[in-house]
Amino acid sequence: MTAQERAAKRLADGRPMEGEGQQKITNLWADAWRRLIRNRAAMLGGVIIIVLILIAIFADRVAPYHYAVGDSNDNYMVPLWITRVLPGNMAAYAKIGNKFAVGADYLGRDLLSRVIYGARVSLPVGFIGAFTALLIGLVYGCIAGYYGGRTDNMMMRIVDIMYAFPTMLLIILLMAIFKTSFGGAQKPGTPAYNFNQISRAVDHFLGLQGGGMLFIFMGIGITAWMGIARLARGQILSIKQKEFIEASRMIGANDLRIIVRHILPNIMGPILVSVTLSIPSYILTEVFLSFIGLGVDPPTPSWGSMISEGVGALRSFPHEVLPPSIVLAITMFSFNFLGDGLRDALDPRMKGTS
Amino acid sequence: MGRYIIRRILWMVPVLFIISIITFGFAKLVPGGPFDREKPLPPEIVANLNKHFGLDQPTWKQYTDYMGFTRKPSGQFAGVIEGNLGPSYSSRSRTVNDIIRAHLPVSATLGLVALLIAVGIGLPLGVVAALKQNSGWDYVSMGVAIFGVSVPGLVLGPLLQILFAQSLGWFPVAGWGSLDQAIMPALTLGLESSAIIARLTRASMLQVIREDYIRTARAKGLSERVVMVRHALKNAFIPVATILGPLFAALITGTLVVERIFAIPGLGKYFVTSITNRDTPVVMGTALLYAAFLVIANLVVDITYAFLDPRIRYS
Repeated sequence: MTAQERAAKRLADGRPMEGEGQQKITNLWADAWRRLIRNRAAMLGGVIIIVLILIAIFADRVAPYHYAVGDSNDNYMVPLWITRVLPGNMAAYAKIGNKFAVGADYLGRDLLSRVIYGARVSLPVGFIGAFTALLIGLVYGCIAGYYGGRTDNMMMRIVDIMYAFPTMLLIILLMAIFKTSFGGAQKPGTPAYNFNQISRAVDHFLGLQGGGMLFIFMGIGITAWMGIARLARGQILSIKQKEFIEASRMIGANDLRIIVRHILPNIMGPILVSVTLSIPSYILTEVFLSFIGLGVDPPTPSWGSMISEGVGALRSFPHEVLPPSIVLAITMFSFNFLGDGLRDALDPRMKGTS
Repeated sequence: MGRYIIRRILWMVPVLFIISIITFGFAKLVPGGPFDREKPLPPEIVANLNKHFGLDQPTWKQYTDYMGFTRKPSGQFAGVIEGNLGPSYSSRSRTVNDIIRAHLPVSATLGLVALLIAVGIGLPLGVVAALKQNSGWDYVSMGVAIFGVSVPGLVLGPLLQILFAQSLGWFPVAGWGSLDQAIMPALTLGLESSAIIARLTRASMLQVIREDYIRTARAKGLSERVVMVRHALKNAFIPVATILGPLFAALITGTLVVERIFAIPGLGKYFVTSITNRDTPVVMGTALLYAAFLVIANLVVDITYAFLDPRIRYS
C-alpha cells in the first residue's frame, strides 16, 4: 500500500490524517446535542413528548375507564366547575357529576380516557409516518441523485407530477380504496384477508383493538415522501462531487458502500430536521382523516374523530370538543419546538427559518 | 417572456391530462358502485342506471366518454374538452357544472378573504421580526407564528366559536350569508397560513438584508425606508410568492374542515362525499378544478418572479 492509498483510505473511512489526531475532535452531533440542551423551548417540547409517549405506552394503567365502554345514562355528563368556566347555561340541562374528570361524550364514555388512548393513535402516526416517508424518500432521492443523468431526470419528473396532484384528494382516495378493499370481514385465503390480518396485528401491537392503523401509515407513506426525496437528491448532488467520494471510489468501494458509509452521514442533518419538522403534519393528516370519517375505525378513539364529534355538539355541550383540542395543540407545540430546536442546533445559520 | 408564458400554458394541457388519468384510475379502483345502497336496489334498476350513465362500458371507454373523445351511450360527444364535466350520480337533478357553479363562489369568497388575512398578518409580522431581529417584536411575531403552526384550524375554529360566539356573542356561531358570519371562518383559515408566511418572510428577509446590493443602496444615500421597501422586501417576497401559489389553490377550492365546522355551503365537502358516494364525475370535477387552479397559480407566481427580481429571465 502506497502512502497515497493509505491517505485515501483514511479519508474514505473518515479517520483523521496523521498529525491531526492530537487535535480535539469536535463531532457535529456532539456539538448539536450541546446546543439542543441549551434550548429551553426545545427541551420542554422534548420532555412533553416523552411524557406523552409514556402515557401512550401505559394507557391501560393511566386511563380511569375503558375507551369504548360507556353508560348511555351518563351521556354528556360534565363536572360542575366546567359548566362555570364555559359559556351558556349548561348547568340547567346537562347531567352534572364528578364521575369523569373532564366529562363524558355523547355515549357516556370518559373523555379523558379517550384522549389518553388517542395518544396511541396520534404518536405512532407521527413517528411511523415520518419513518415511512423517510425510508421511501431517502432511497428514491439517493438513487436519483447518485446515478444522475436520465434516471434522475425521469425520477424527478414523476415527483413533479406527484406534487401537482392534490395531496388531500390522493390520500382520501387511497383511504377509500384501502378501507373498502381490505377492511372489515374478508374471506380467508384471499390476499385481502392476509392483508387484513397484518393490519390487525399492527393494531394489536399498538395496543388497540382494531382501528386500521396500517392503512393510515400506508396513506401517509405514499403521499409524504416526495419532499424528502427532493431534499435528499439535492444534498447528494452537492456532495457526490467532493474529493473524498472520489477517493473512496478510487480504492474500489462499491456504490452501496459509498452511499451508506460516506454520503448518508453527511446529508443526515438537514434530512433529520426536515423529518422532525414534518411529524406534526403527519399527526394532523391522521386527525384530518379521522375528522372526515376516513381515519381510524370507531370505537378506537382518535383526537380527530373526537373533535368532529365535539364540533357537532358544540352549541349545547361545548365541553366535549375541548380535551382533544387542547391535547392536540400541546402535542403540536411540543413537536414544533423540538423540531425548531433541532434545526437551530444542527445548523445555527438556519436559526429562525422554517 | 411572451413565448415562455405560451409554452407554460401549453404545458398545462399534458399535466392536467395526466392528472385526469391518475384520478380516474384511482376513483375506479375504489370498490363498489355509485348505486350500492344499504337496502340494495333491484338488479334490473342498477343495470339500467349503469347503462344510462355508460357504466357498463369498459373503464378505458368510460374515461374517453367522460373526456369527450368518444361517443357517449346517448350518442353525444360532449365531455370535459367541451367544458361539460358530466352528471352527478348521487344528486341526480344537478350536473357537476351546476355543483361547481353553486358552491365555488362561496369557497372562493371565503378563501380570498382568508388569503388577504394571511398576507396582511403574516407579511408585516415577518418583516418586523427580521428588521428587529432578537428583539421583543421578533419573539412576539415568532410566537404568533408558532401558535399558528401548532393550533390547526380544526382546533382554532371550535375555540373561536366558544370564545367569540358563545361567551362574548360578537359573531354568529356558524352559517353563511352575512359579513359577520364570514369573519371567524376566514380568521381560522387565515391565521394558519399567516404563520407560514410570517416565518418564510422573516427567514428570507434576514437573508436579503445581508446582501451586497442592500449595502450599495444604503451607500448611495437612499433612505432606510426606500432601501427596505423597494430593494429588500421586493426580493424577500420571492420565496413567499412561491408558497402563495399552492396556498391560493387550496384556499379557493374549499377547505372542508373549516367549512364543516362553520356550516358553510362550500365546495370542500364534495372532495369527500364524491369519493364515498363513488360519484366519479364529481371526484374528477373537483380534482381537475383544484389542479387547474394550482397550475395557473404557479404560472402567475413564476411570472411575478421576473418582476420582483430583474436577475430572473425567462426564455
